[in-house]
Amino acid sequence: MSTTEHSEHSEYIDSETGKMGMWLFLFTEIFLFGGLFIVYSVMRAKYGEDFHHGALELNAFIGATNTVVLLVSSMTAAMSLTAIQKNQPKVAIALIFSTLLLAGVFMINKYFEYGHKFDLHLYPGSEVMRNLPKGEIMFFGLYFLMTGLHLFHVVVGGVLLTIVMLRVKSGKINSEHFLLLENGALYWHLVDLIWIFLFPLLYLIT
Amino acid sequence: MNNPSPTAPLNYLNHKTGLWSWMTATDHKRIGLLYLYSITTFFLAAAVLGLLMKIEKVAPGETIMTAQTYNAMFSLHGIIMIFIVVIPGLAAVFGNICLPIMIGAKDVAFPKLNLFSYYVYITGAILGLYSQFANGHSPDAGWTFYVPYSAEVNSNIILALMAAFTLGFASILTGLNFIVTIHRMRAPGMTWFRMPLFPWSLYATAWIQLLATPVVGITLLMVVAERTLHVGFFDPKLGGDPVLYQHLFWIYSHPAVYVMILPAMGVVTEIFPTFSQKPVFGYLPIVFSSLAIALVGYFVWGHHMYTSGMSIESRWFFSFLTFIVAIPSAIKVFNWLSTMYGGSVDLKPPLLYAISFIFLFTIGGFTGLILGAVATDVQVHNTDFVVAHFHYIIFGGMGFGFFAAMHYWYPKIYGRMYNIRWANIAWGFLFTGFNFLYFPMFIMGIQGMPRRYYDYDPQFQMGQTISTIGAVILFIGLIGMISNLVYHVRRGAIAPANPWHGVTLEWQIPSPPPHENFDDIPVITRGPYVFDNPHTK
Repeated sequence: MSTTEHSEHSEYIDSETGKMGMWLFLFTEIFLFGGLFIVYSVMRAKYGEDFHHGALELNAFIGATNTVVLLVSSMTAAMSLTAIQKNQPKVAIALIFSTLLLAGVFMINKYFEYGHKFDLHLYPGSEVMRNLPKGEIMFFGLYFLMTGLHLFHVVVGGVLLTIVMLRVKSGKINSEHFLLLENGALYWHLVDLIWIFLFPLLYLIT
Repeated sequence: MNNPSPTAPLNYLNHKTGLWSWMTATDHKRIGLLYLYSITTFFLAAAVLGLLMKIEKVAPGETIMTAQTYNAMFSLHGIIMIFIVVIPGLAAVFGNICLPIMIGAKDVAFPKLNLFSYYVYITGAILGLYSQFANGHSPDAGWTFYVPYSAEVNSNIILALMAAFTLGFASILTGLNFIVTIHRMRAPGMTWFRMPLFPWSLYATAWIQLLATPVVGITLLMVVAERTLHVGFFDPKLGGDPVLYQHLFWIYSHPAVYVMILPAMGVVTEIFPTFSQKPVFGYLPIVFSSLAIALVGYFVWGHHMYTSGMSIESRWFFSFLTFIVAIPSAIKVFNWLSTMYGGSVDLKPPLLYAISFIFLFTIGGFTGLILGAVATDVQVHNTDFVVAHFHYIIFGGMGFGFFAAMHYWYPKIYGRMYNIRWANIAWGFLFTGFNFLYFPMFIMGIQGMPRRYYDYDPQFQMGQTISTIGAVILFIGLIGMISNLVYHVRRGAIAPANPWHGVTLEWQIPSPPPHENFDDIPVITRGPYVFDNPHTK
């Protein structure tokens, strides 16, 4: 730990402090999505029927698969934390790597899902969309914006966990100093949590 | 910066030197100064814009600029003043410099994050400036970015939106840092209710920054999506609703008003006890009124939208809550006055500014009630009355609070003293100019002068001219005040550690403070405002 750039201030940042900062940051993320959830609820109240038809267009099978993928990836992220606490860095690396793999699976599924929508010209601004009922325009707009913002968070979480994995490898994260791993896992759980709300709101409630 | 005699102990200003040591500084005091210099620069630029707008209005018709230039100017003035100067303002400058010292800590909880948020802030500020000059299409949608205009007009709205988004992110990180600092870094024995009141106000502010800013962040992104992807959330042609934008915008932007004013209230709450040499009157009511303002302030956003199309029930509800939120503000005013009552009042520049804060804030607050009542608001909505009201609150409140803080902590920050006489004269110009500038706008607003117009009917000639003269006087005061402060950074008399006989922790350490504030972290055994030190008598 002595060689890391954190050492200058390491006497300040203890694990409780670091985790508190992360939790507060996660609150802000929830409020960020909160704005979109407000728009969703307003539009759903206004266009219940159209939202019903819009939701039927989405592939609930891919959605459900991705839900399972993210839940399992959250589990592996949590297990990697236990592994590092038990001083098993190799296990921890393997588990973080599985999380990253699952994140990749999620993104591949998303790629096919978006691709299918584009084939049908169901994207904001397209001719097909413009001729849909207003509520469906809103539904697909929300679908792309909400899942798109979520996808962005998946990418950020992936980058964060990659950094964490490299630091475990180099020994900077070890059984005594694992704050970054813990915070990375917390962030990943948030990505998971938001999806757990997006999935039923967009795919299941028809 | 300073050149001390070789025997003087090192302090945070000279323990390392060179530009690089400032650009990579994680010391909270240095970061505070970085913010101070950036904010002052932007403030002066936006103040010049304000002055130019007033000169345009000295006579009816086109005087020095076209209507389009005027539109771009009030947009730029608003964006810079609100997002770059006033919202970060007190928290980023004096919060950074004073908060850790006042709670007996060596730094904030995350010093590197603190530096990072400064660079995020600068990035946002530069984006904001760039939006003004790129392609010659300055944003002209005002600082509120109301749709549909902002979603359709052909000017650099996206750049301006991204600037506001980035600045919001910096604000969130600062708030996050302060909350964790206050929770985790208080000196041993400093219980929550032994904490001074400026940190308390920063604590309430930080929660608003943290929980409200993301909402405007996503709202601004939605406008970006409107412009680039034509999502249509705010476009009735596609099924959207423009009023929804206003709701989302004000859900943040009304609480943001309390981000601006709460730290200023905290500053004057420090100044009144020190310059009255008397414990603050009603510590707990001040704490809880800060928290109440933060909480209730969340639920009053609708009062910006009485004329936008809301149900009568909503208007009733928002109006009621607006009146409720006035109560904790009034409690504070009574507390400040009672703190001075019977004390040995010493009318130094910080107290002058603090007293004028009460005066101006009270006028701004009462006129706020006129706007908060639905019937009267419909009469004065979108007139100069509104402009006068929020300048009394934001400039008279936050601005004068900032000047008060500057004059209060100046000797601590630089270890030098400014010229008191000079400061008093500059205050006279500022205070006089301020009232001449903004008070006529109340009257013209009631008479029907709309806001954001570069031209006016001849009947407003008198009021507009008085207002312009006020702007010039105000500007002279501003230059006078700033030159006094800048001049004495190097040339002022050496200030003692505790020139005002204050009792909070920052006055118990040398001026300027050493790099890590305290050699030994103090142990706190009593409340923050006990005036029994020998040199007070």
